[in-house]
Amino acid sequence: MTFINYASREINCKIVYYGPGLCGKTTNLQYIYDSTAPQAKGKLISLATETDRTLFFDFMPLELGTVRGFKTRFHLYTVPGQVYYDASRKLILKGVDGVVFVADSQEERMDANIESLYNLQENLEAQGFDLMKIPYVLQLNKRDLPNVIPIDELSAELKQKGEPVYEAVATNGEGVFDTLKAVAKQVLTELRKG
Amino acid sequence: MAETPVIIREQQFQKIKNVLARLCAEAAARVVFLVDRDGQPIAFHGEIGEMDTTSFSSLAAGNVAATSSMAKLIGEDQFPSVVHEGERESIFISVIGRSLLVVVFDERSTLGLVKLRTKKATFAVAEILEDVARDSANQSLDESSFFAEITDEDIDSLFG
Repeated sequence: MTFINYASREINCKIVYYGPGLCGKTTNLQYIYDSTAPQAKGKLISLATETDRTLFFDFMPLELGTVRGFKTRFHLYTVPGQVYYDASRKLILKGVDGVVFVADSQEERMDANIESLYNLQENLEAQGFDLMKIPYVLQLNKRDLPNVIPIDELSAELKQKGEPVYEAVATNGEGVFDTLKAVAKQVLTELRKG
Repeated sequence: MAETPVIIREQQFQKIKNVLARLCAEAAARVVFLVDRDGQPIAFHGEIGEMDTTSFSSLAAGNVAATSSMAKLIGEDQFPSVVHEGERESIFISVIGRSLLVVVFDERSTLGLVKLRTKKATFAVAEILEDVARDSANQSLDESSFFAEITDEDIDSLFG
């Protein structure tokens, strides 16, 4: 939920990166973290297992600048993608302002994408949100790998509404900021609507 | 659409700061935070030193979210408070509706004192937060709101 503080003149919003296990959610955040000036970001917190799989969430605050004198800060979260961490995923969606769905473009991960998307809808509903109404962006990640599904086919399968779709290679940053900008813009536009 | 934004006015923010300052002094705490249950820091008072308050708030909320879910699994509605006792520093978290009052204290205080003083502050904070919630709901209906004036150019300018 967006937090607006008139005293400190700050707007705080929450964006969640969702998707199946190993689709690149943490890699998106890591790239944003590595490419952002120190004064614009806080720490990147990763609650991960010993093998670097997300256990609970990754989190980083990112300051984008000011809108009409208000500092805008986005709190970026990822969820753990593995199926059995569903209880954690539900918790992280609480108070979300915008969602990025990171899809794994590899053919063998198609079922996992669909399952995760279905899980997102279900968990959003459990928190009182409707995927069709919430700011939402679809990222088709891992486009550099050899066994990827063509964009048209993948989009047709995963697109939920008229959401922006971005191709990405999160490991080298391709499409990462375009995705973030698209969701942040939708969140701020939503705020304007009131 | 996402939930109605929470809008905190200067006067309300000052009232919150005053309650936190009083609690910090009365409980002999190191620092006191008010954090939204979704992880947004609202206000704090005390010695933060080099502490990353944004990360701290997010983790406190994650912590309470996890323990509340554990509570449900064992048939409790929620744990109204959570305690972490360290060798030198300890944390006491009290859940107030949608918010968390987080007290960090050391050997200058005791858990008993912190619990006692926090209970009193909880009522004061709850009252202010009710005000905030009411005002926020009214604000969102106000078409002349400041945020309605944000232009596409304002938004684009954020992204360089």
